[in-house]
Amino acid sequence: MSKTLWLKNGRVIDPANHRDAVGDVLIVDGRIADAGVEVPHEAEVVDCTGLVVAPGLVDLHVHFREPGQSAKETIASGARAAAAGGFTTVVCMPNTTPSLDSASAVAWLLEKVRAEACVRVHATGALSKGISGEEMAPIGALKKAGVVALTDDGRCIQNHELMRRALEYAKMFGLTVMDHCQDYSLVGKGVMHEGYWSTVLGLPGWPAAGEELIVQRNALLAELTGTPVHCQHLSAAGSVRALREARQRGVPLSGEVCPHHIALSDEAVKGYDTNFKMNPPLRSEEHIEALLEGIADGTITILASDHAPHCGFEKEVEFDQAPFGILGLETELGLFLDILVHKRRVIDLNRLVEMYTINPARLLGLDCGTLSPGALGDVTLIDPSLEWQVDREASFSLSRNTPFHGWELKGRAVRTIVGGSTVWAL
Amino acid sequence: MNPSELSSPVITTEPVRWSHKDLTGLQALTKEELTLLLDTAAAFKSVGTRHIKKVPALRGKTLVNFFVEPSTRTRISFELAAERLSADVINMSATASSLTKGETLKDTALNLQALHADMIVLRHSSAGAAQFLAERLDASVVNAGDGSHEHPTQALLDAFTIREHKGRIEGLHVAIVGDILFSRVARSDIFALTRLGAKVTLIGPSTLVPAELKRLGVSISHNLDELLPELDVINLLRIQHERQRKEYFPSLGEYTSLFGLSKARAARLKPDCLVMHPGPINRGVEIDSDVADSSRSVILQQVTNGLAVRMAVLYLCNAARSGEWV
Repeated sequence: MSKTLWLKNGRVIDPANHRDAVGDVLIVDGRIADAGVEVPHEAEVVDCTGLVVAPGLVDLHVHFREPGQSAKETIASGARAAAAGGFTTVVCMPNTTPSLDSASAVAWLLEKVRAEACVRVHATGALSKGISGEEMAPIGALKKAGVVALTDDGRCIQNHELMRRALEYAKMFGLTVMDHCQDYSLVGKGVMHEGYWSTVLGLPGWPAAGEELIVQRNALLAELTGTPVHCQHLSAAGSVRALREARQRGVPLSGEVCPHHIALSDEAVKGYDTNFKMNPPLRSEEHIEALLEGIADGTITILASDHAPHCGFEKEVEFDQAPFGILGLETELGLFLDILVHKRRVIDLNRLVEMYTINPARLLGLDCGTLSPGALGDVTLIDPSLEWQVDREASFSLSRNTPFHGWELKGRAVRTIVGGSTVWAL
Repeated sequence: MNPSELSSPVITTEPVRWSHKDLTGLQALTKEELTLLLDTAAAFKSVGTRHIKKVPALRGKTLVNFFVEPSTRTRISFELAAERLSADVINMSATASSLTKGETLKDTALNLQALHADMIVLRHSSAGAAQFLAERLDASVVNAGDGSHEHPTQALLDAFTIREHKGRIEGLHVAIVGDILFSRVARSDIFALTRLGAKVTLIGPSTLVPAELKRLGVSISHNLDELLPELDVINLLRIQHERQRKEYFPSLGEYTSLFGLSKARAARLKPDCLVMHPGPINRGVEIDSDVADSSRSVILQQVTNGLAVRMAVLYLCNAARSGEWV
């Protein structure tokens, strides 16, 4: 496949370079070429009329389940799903078996990535050993092994002293810490948002305060230590408030939103379908509105999926017994385009691309997210008006746990280009 | 309706039909459907007083009492109900099943279906478990209690008992007292009684009576003494102070002093107020021992009525599943 690609006449949106105009992007030998360079005659020409030409999109929150849980997903299948969703770079969470709390586990993973992944796959390292929240993980060794961030995602350090020391220690390596914000004592056995629906359905509730408390904890510790802390999959109004207040004061705190938290509310759980069970849970309308406001006013700067595959038989059990999590890579862009850009008009295409490219790239210091000359030739072509229907059977994931099967969405990636090569096209 | 005729299709002038092969909860039932259940139970009540306590309505049918969460009283009630309808009854508990070997609920149920079980009565500690099975099985699924969600036959027998004594449910003031938050009985009672037109007040500690429930059209109070003289029915829920509840209220003593139906409190009830309890009762905690045995107490009649209600439920669900016109 050609690594020289001439993308013609598309709407080029490159927020890093403040570019939003119709034009061309040329990729030569896998890298973005300077403007004005002559197009080589062997270049593959792609007519991008009507399409958005964006830097390859970044999803900094996915679970690829290797090592150890390859029935749910593998590096290979997860990467294919990413490509099909329009993503050229993804960042994997460490709650694998074993967890990514050692240099050898990370090395194993990155070798598999080299061998099998069709998109760029980065690893995070655990913040605590075994992500069990008791002792600091070998952060120096993890950095050396090539992790791009630290997190205990899946779990959350409850001991604030340990969290503080881990943040301080991580600082000298220039690593951002990402946190799954959950206070275990407040949340208890909660399996869905604590509110009217959990009461009526008789399911244990997961109160918003259980997330908000830890977001506030993180704001205080980010301020105390100066280490950047990124609050993952925010779902609650109070989290947005705390994030806004901290950012206004210049605290190095950031936050992300996943599409299900704005596409669905807790009412969706009423049929006890476990495809609506995730952590943090779907919440009520006032939380959804607060998330949308937070996206609109720039408090929330990053979009992600928390792609969490599970085998069918694992999810097809009693609601309180089912594992948390749903797929996300192949539906997130469509959902955000449909809801944020088209239906609710919360942000424009420019902002959407920004939240999926330069913002995550800068947060983690990744060499991607721009179309600057010399940058890696990673590009996502998006048709913002394409109407399509989600078909879970067509997914490249090994799993099928999505609540969005059959949804009709407007907007979709149509081609994913990594280093000048097309790794997926509609 | 004469129960002995119930083995053949019943022609009724009423337009209400029971079309559900399952009974997983009361939330979605109409007033007419609830009334049909109660009327059918009334017809079955006389069976227990006969010399031969049997009707052939479920003859040849296999019913499995699948009690993943243990129970003696409800299980015996369903077992008797099924036997009186002439069904073949199997009792299964969690410990005696392959659930202990890690078999899923779904697989266990599919295995039962492969043995041509016609009806499964399920009690389970997970909310939604009955619906889970009902969606996956051709067999009828009757919910005998799914976690904190619903216990439909309990609420039906409660409604039946109230109607039997008071002649109606509409307009009565019914209090449900105790741990509402974790109670499947409370939820089913709320759905049934509000649908049938009663005024329902939930009374208990503020940690155990979620304000969200007001959206269902009930009132909430934390002051039992104030409401006693207004009540037509007081339904006391069993209160426990086990590990999971210790954060919700400090002690059984404090609960009893605030919410227990003592002799003094009972004396302030209307003379014809019904005293109810789903059982098993904690004498001296939610209800004074003598009050439980007093003439206002209909607790044992609830048990008798439970049998009739369960016969009605099994009969109707089986009829719907078999396509018989009811």
